[in-house]
Amino acid sequence: MHDFELVKPASVAEAVAALGAEGAQALSGGQTLLPSMKQRLAAPERLVSLGDIAEMKGVCLGDRGLAVGGATPHAVVAREAKAHYPALAWLAGEIGDPSVRARGTIGGSLANNDPAACYPAAALGSGATIVTDRREIAADAFFQGLFTTALEEGEIITSVHFPIPEKAAYMKFAQPASRFALVGVFVAKFADGVRVAITGAGEDGVFRWTEAEAALGADFRPEAVEGLALSAGGMLGDMHGAPAYRANLVKVLTRRAVAAA
Amino acid sequence: MKVTMTVNGKAMSAETEGRTLLSSFLREGLGLTGTHVGCDTTQCGACTVHVDGQPVKSCTVLAQDVAGRSVTTIEGMANKDGSLSVIQQAFQDHHGLQCGFCTPGMVMISAALLSEKPNPTEEEVRHYLKGNICRCTGYHNIVKAVMAASGADSQKLAAE
Repeated sequence: MHDFELVKPASVAEAVAALGAEGAQALSGGQTLLPSMKQRLAAPERLVSLGDIAEMKGVCLGDRGLAVGGATPHAVVAREAKAHYPALAWLAGEIGDPSVRARGTIGGSLANNDPAACYPAAALGSGATIVTDRREIAADAFFQGLFTTALEEGEIITSVHFPIPEKAAYMKFAQPASRFALVGVFVAKFADGVRVAITGAGEDGVFRWTEAEAALGADFRPEAVEGLALSAGGMLGDMHGAPAYRANLVKVLTRRAVAAA
Repeated sequence: MKVTMTVNGKAMSAETEGRTLLSSFLREGLGLTGTHVGCDTTQCGACTVHVDGQPVKSCTVLAQDVAGRSVTTIEGMANKDGSLSVIQQAFQDHHGLQCGFCTPGMVMISAALLSEKPNPTEEEVRHYLKGNICRCTGYHNIVKAVMAASGADSQKLAAE
């Protein structure tokens, strides 16, 4: 990889200032960014490490649900969210492997918005709010296509607020080599409706399956999605799974998630 | 830039660039070549070390990013008198290695598991070792070694 300067700010304000420089990029856990830099898919001149910013770490229960600091590693969410939001904790504990979970962070995952990443499904499926150094963004407005989000240049995710549903579950059909989701389905039942978010399948990244949300809102049982058919149009296709295969997996995993919730 | 960190209990320093990986810092900077670099793409786990007790893939961590932290490598795993630790001895006893290339990473990830969960089930061992690849396909004996190191009766494991 090309050389760069590493800066290690101790606060969000310092990090934002350091990111103002030309060619600067934020580094969170680095579990995607560093491999991308080795392949020379990215070559920032300055990396601003978010790992030493204490105010961006931790999981805590508040009146807006569960707040997770942007620089909180997956392993910490898997452990500390368990008592409050088990479906979210389970999802975090199935990302990658233990070493990746010790470094990779929720903010890094959401900002990267990989179309097969798990966290975007949790954020969209929970109707989470993404809090940055300058504003709050609803999950519905945050994800804008493959590796594309509402974040501006140099904007940092400082925390993510998850409303806690009555029932929820995440089902992941893992691609065994990458351990990313070939398809992942997050189902959450709230007092005012059901949300179903799909990762790994959509050509534009994570999306809500609104037909399933309506059906499950009326009848929260696996059988409720039986009559629905998700079109293969707009589904990702690759050597691991054709669009029709992924469309079918979405339905299968939605049923399983509802049964497990 | 000179980086100092505590490696296997001792303060150690070496010159680095921004891009110097923890694996390069350990191997080339400090001469600790027990940490192996297999894939260099965060997949195989041969380079696993502990940073403040947490397992990490040292090929995917920047040395400067963990300056001042406490790192444990395979060189720090033996007992003080030089004899093999319980986990290392179990790998030997149960033939948990063939070529041995992945073994430093396997020992480090197993140590992380047993400090987090001293009595894991076979399923938990397999789940935790998911990010460590052995191309001699010696997983059954590796799992057996980890179970034995935890004090479980490894004879009861299926000998597939």
